[in-house]
Amino acid sequence: MAGFAGYDMPISYPSGALEEHAVTRRSVGLFDIDHMGQFEISGPWAESFVSRMVSARISDLKVPMSRYSLLLNEEGCVLDDLFVYRLPESWWIVVNASNREADLTWFRSKATGGVSIEDRSDETYMIAVQGPKAIQLLDAVGTVPASATERFGWCRTEIGGVPILFGRTGYTGEDGGELFFPAEKALFLWEYLLAKGSELGIETKAIGLAARDSLRFEAGMPLHGHEISTSINALEAGFKWACDFSKDFIGKAALEAIAARGLTRKLVGLEVSGGVPREGYEVANAQGRIVGSCVAGMFCPSVKKYAANAFVEPTLAVPGTALKVIIRGQPKDAVVVKRPLYIPAYRR
Amino acid sequence: MSVDAKARYAQSHEYARQEADLIVVGISDHAQDELGDIVFVELKEAGKRLEKGQVFGTIESVKAASDLYMPVSGSIAAVNEALQADPSLVNREPYSGGWMIKIRPDNAKDLETLLDAKAYASLVGEE
Repeated sequence: MAGFAGYDMPISYPSGALEEHAVTRRSVGLFDIDHMGQFEISGPWAESFVSRMVSARISDLKVPMSRYSLLLNEEGCVLDDLFVYRLPESWWIVVNASNREADLTWFRSKATGGVSIEDRSDETYMIAVQGPKAIQLLDAVGTVPASATERFGWCRTEIGGVPILFGRTGYTGEDGGELFFPAEKALFLWEYLLAKGSELGIETKAIGLAARDSLRFEAGMPLHGHEISTSINALEAGFKWACDFSKDFIGKAALEAIAARGLTRKLVGLEVSGGVPREGYEVANAQGRIVGSCVAGMFCPSVKKYAANAFVEPTLAVPGTALKVIIRGQPKDAVVVKRPLYIPAYRR
Repeated sequence: MSVDAKARYAQSHEYARQEADLIVVGISDHAQDELGDIVFVELKEAGKRLEKGQVFGTIESVKAASDLYMPVSGSIAAVNEALQADPSLVNREPYSGGWMIKIRPDNAKDLETLLDAKAYASLVGEE
């Protein structure tokens, strides 16, 4: 178990992190992610407010759609990454646990009249159902077929009598979805999904934090505090695609100035031989000069490689560039690779 | 978790088992279970002489790296090359296929300074 943003969370269940990772890639992984925060924003000025707060375009978001976005500060650095759901009467914002309080304060500090911001985190539970057979499982147990919902779409459904907001999203690279529902039904729904998986012959297992991290890492998704943070701007982290420069948003001016000046570093993937790269390890060029550092690194179970994400000087951020990662004082061979390392079957 | 009755143990969870004139070293079943899935093992080369307590390698689990300590002083006579290709041997069979190094001890009697199987079992609550 590990403390995470005030929650006690399992690093792995008894089957171990590698097996949990593998189950999610071959069948279904169940993730207890109640630690995620949810805000509901409504009112006559809600749309223009949300649009100014988040980097992505939301003006074209219609019911029942959702979109990934960044929450930036005035410097263009990343306060958090989040999902914006367009509900009929409101905007449903899903944020990271460790940033929930700071995000809420940030949203409230920027709010004007005609905007209401409610923290729904405590009353809302969240379970993610991820893997190539996740939709099959959800189709079998839900009153509304999950397969009828497009990727990044959502629907209202019921599973085992529990009313659910289902979003076809996730943090593993696999197909599947995330379930939002009343917190008091959490244990019931968790056990119901495991039991139904077993009954239907769809292998379904509980997944801990370690596998959650390796799954998202292989799939090229950022973890706040690593690939993105309040000291990392959206452009150097490679998130220009999540910023709509045709609208006004907090951080836009700073990003335009950064783009005009040129980046001083860029996020890259590194494949490393002869050791496991970890957060904080330095990156050197072939001559031994330090040119950056790792923000995350691990053994990647599906691609069977040791890999890191690192910020390096922009001229080196080219796939094929030979670098070194310093592991316990020893420079180990590394090469810049394209991210993500893993692309699931349904997107190939 | 199992404890190999034929081995002796360091407080840092390495086992040391006499085989002919060498001492086979790895980590206990308890240690591999605590570490979780092992994804990398780095060992010093054969021929290297190290004192008891010096680092002979590093073992990397999914989440963290841990140093491995010489249970007795001596020179490394052999390293288990199979761990390069399959570090999970340490999880699956810590006392057999997951062995790490063989030490030619400076003094075979040093083994007696380590915990016996019963004392180690008691240390890790396996009695």
